Amino acid sequence: MPHDHSHHHHDHPHDHDVHAPINESHGARSDSILLERALRELLIEKGVFTPADVQRQIELTESRDPELGAKVVAHAWTDAAYKAWLLRDAKPAIETYLGIDLNLTPELVVVENSRERHHVICCTLCSCYPRAILGIPPAWYKSLEYRSRVVIEPRAVLAEFGTRLADDVEIRVVDSTADMRYMVLPMRPRYTENMSEAELVGVITRDSMIGVSVLAERPQ
Amino acid sequence: MKPSFAPGDKVRVVARETATHCRTPHYLRGKRGVVSRVFGTFPNPEQLAYHRIGVPHVPLYQVDFDYAEVWGKAAPNTRISADIFQHWLEADR
Repeated sequence: MPHDHSHHHHDHPHDHDVHAPINESHGARSDSILLERALRELLIEKGVFTPADVQRQIELTESRDPELGAKVVAHAWTDAAYKAWLLRDAKPAIETYLGIDLNLTPELVVVENSRERHHVICCTLCSCYPRAILGIPPAWYKSLEYRSRVVIEPRAVLAEFGTRLADDVEIRVVDSTADMRYMVLPMRPRYTENMSEAELVGVITRDSMIGVSVLAERPQ
Repeated sequence: MKPSFAPGDKVRVVARETATHCRTPHYLRGKRGVVSRVFGTFPNPEQLAYHRIGVPHVPLYQVDFDYAEVWGKAAPNTRISADIFQHWLEADR
């Protein structure tokens, strides 16, 4: 699957104003941009929220990135009791370790990849993703192609991400259809045995926490 | 609403059609699976979508499906897990 190349929409209605400002929107259609702006301005006018609320929410969303998930994974790798808590009851375990408040974010579930079972996360209905700890989902995660193909031919999709699993490894496609947001606890590469937690964080990739890839067995 | 199912229970996703919002994907409707987790109760998304508060809250389950049950053909060692609300599940005897 081409990762980020298939999502450029080229919608050029013939009657558009050639002098209109160019809106660099990376895949969002111009009518959805207009709709968002109209809705936002109406809600502000009606006093449902303020421009400062919007700004605060954007800043909060953008402050979340996969390093948060990586810190949680690195800690779980080095502390068996923490790992057990994380797999049993992810949200409080993550809140406690990272010191962040996830009260207003959806529920979180962490699933563990092993030699026997490989989980890969998707949302066939829309774009549910553990944004609180992985940030904004990659464009391919939201693409119709990934969302439909990963449940129909998961081994082929994983192979396109460079992930080739033996037939005796069970693949478990996890479809985030409701209130739970899933993150994968990837397998720890053997070469990292003597690394500190801080060093481990640098090894853990976003894609390994979505489950489309496994972490390399050699330093990258 | 109390959970009617427990981990290990065999269930079938109800094969009804809806004209309104719901969180039960079409590709799983009518398919048989096994409850793997019980998550507690959550506001009913079919009401939330229309600005209601989603009561009574509905038990939510993770249900595991064999690939062949979902797609009608075999794939080695492949399962699909999805989260399904109780009112979309019936006991599979």
